[in-house]
Amino acid sequence: MSLETLRIGFIPLVDAAPLVIAADHGFAAEQRLSIELVREVSWSNVRDKLNIGLFDAAHLLSPVAVASSLGIGHVRVPLLAPFNLALNGNAITVSPALYAELASAADGDIADPLVSARALARVTAERKTRGADVLNFGMTFPFSNHNYQLRFWMAAGGVDPDEDVRMVVLPPPYMAESLTNGQVDAFCVGAPWNSVAVESGVGRILHFGCEIVASMSEKVLAVREQWSKTHPETVAALIRALVGAGAFIADPANRTTVAAALSKRLDVAPEIIARTLAGELKVSTDGMMRGDSRYIMLGGDLANRPDTLQAAWLYAQMARWGQAPLSDEMCVTAQAVFRPDLYDAALGRAPAPRDGGPRDGVGAFTGPDFNGDVAAHVSAWRAKRSGRPRLSLVR
Amino acid sequence: MAGTLNGSDSPSGASPAGELRDSSLKIVIVDESPVRSAILEDGLREAGFMHVERLGDTHNLLKRIYAIDPDVILIDLENPSRDVLEHMFQMSRAVKRPVAMFVDQSDSASIQAAVDAGVSAYIVDGLKKERITSILDLCISRFNAFSRLQGELDRAKDALQERKVIDRAKGVLMKARMIGEEEAYGLLRKTAMNENKKIIEIAQSVLTAAELLK
Repeated sequence: MSLETLRIGFIPLVDAAPLVIAADHGFAAEQRLSIELVREVSWSNVRDKLNIGLFDAAHLLSPVAVASSLGIGHVRVPLLAPFNLALNGNAITVSPALYAELASAADGDIADPLVSARALARVTAERKTRGADVLNFGMTFPFSNHNYQLRFWMAAGGVDPDEDVRMVVLPPPYMAESLTNGQVDAFCVGAPWNSVAVESGVGRILHFGCEIVASMSEKVLAVREQWSKTHPETVAALIRALVGAGAFIADPANRTTVAAALSKRLDVAPEIIARTLAGELKVSTDGMMRGDSRYIMLGGDLANRPDTLQAAWLYAQMARWGQAPLSDEMCVTAQAVFRPDLYDAALGRAPAPRDGGPRDGVGAFTGPDFNGDVAAHVSAWRAKRSGRPRLSLVR
Repeated sequence: MAGTLNGSDSPSGASPAGELRDSSLKIVIVDESPVRSAILEDGLREAGFMHVERLGDTHNLLKRIYAIDPDVILIDLENPSRDVLEHMFQMSRAVKRPVAMFVDQSDSASIQAAVDAGVSAYIVDGLKKERITSILDLCISRFNAFSRLQGELDRAKDALQERKVIDRAKGVLMKARMIGEEEAYGLLRKTAMNENKKIIEIAQSVLTAAELLK
């Protein structure tokens, strides 16, 4: 039996798990595929190598798949996401010094994101008054949930992410070090890097990403639209392989096996990965634990079947923060990137009724429900900030 | 944004004004390999670009790049800080002159060649396409030349290492069997031929065995 070889680019993160398990535990071979995983150092590289055809498919930040298809921030190359690799998985980690400042400014339980965001507003205002340098927040890419989660959270407390703090991009492996040397005061990054910072005693996890937004498409399997047209059978086989891998990962009985496989590909201790998979994270150096079954979701239809509402939400964040102009046409294009129809067709079954998850499918911790109306979402948030209509990253 | 490169309506070609423009271009090379960036810098200077700066480490990258205010940034694709640059180009529309990724929609052959060679270029929006193409072509050929050099160096190192192993194996055989150097080498070669293996493999086994029998 000859196998069709696919070159797939990835960044060493826990949410590459479905690809790693499909490649290393037989799920790809079952579909007569051989997956060659190519490790990359930057999202720009993953995007460019996918765009020009050096990769057949890629582990990609969901917002990058949308941005690439819209042609914002870079060359326009239409991409498709026929499989969602992960929902959630990020966390906001702060330095011990900033944590102390937030705790003393907090008016209530700091574990509540609204309380912590308002505390951040007080801290930034106080810093401004005494002429201190603005706080620096690290995130991984302009088009990333890390960027959008930080912004959504702080803006809810009255902090303007473009004026009151500085947002800086840092490669994930540099996050912990940058917190130590004071280059940043906090960051939002995916697993396992928050745990690495806590483990090495330089940071404290303030919030899980799922506490800011309960369901966020974090990474997708992205392919070029053009390639998917000429390789429909391959795309379907790849979806089936990943669905198999996702189900394997979602079974707690396989956690040790999955952690061991990821540990090899990521060069991170299997114990840290196992905790991540279980959604049980050490949040501070004194050993305090926090658990949330929604922390990272890697398997099952809820996590793996692309949801076009998620794509609309991502586009809404781009429009809200001035990365993309607001237009119905762009919203339609953004939603068309996510392809639940290809997922269903590959499995040859109708989608199971949605089981669990937030009421509106997104579950932001504050603000009105999201119903796919991007203009309403953007204007609702503008209205909350009377007299400050401009909230833009790219002016 | 890269597409705006196509919109240039100014005359192209090697006009005196164009050459003047070239030599005044400020170019930054972000590369952790000092040898490769030196090769690149030499090439750019030979081609008449007088303002070339190299940044080896990526500490405070953005601040340093803002201070230099370059027209072109070249970065090695193995450098994780590429994502940091991407962010800068978004922000820079607000505070600085716009910067664009080299390639436009129609130019996938160029980007493919660049990515294959391991280099990426970012340029200030509005530079003439012909000028950029010449810079990028130069980078690609220098990057390729560097990886050839690197390959030769690796092979030379391997060869040196092999010679050392074979010399030590010869020494072991000479001592154990009281034979001369030439005979010891002949023995290694004969065994390699009989077992259909490389001499280096046999020499390595001799050393392993000698270590075990110590």
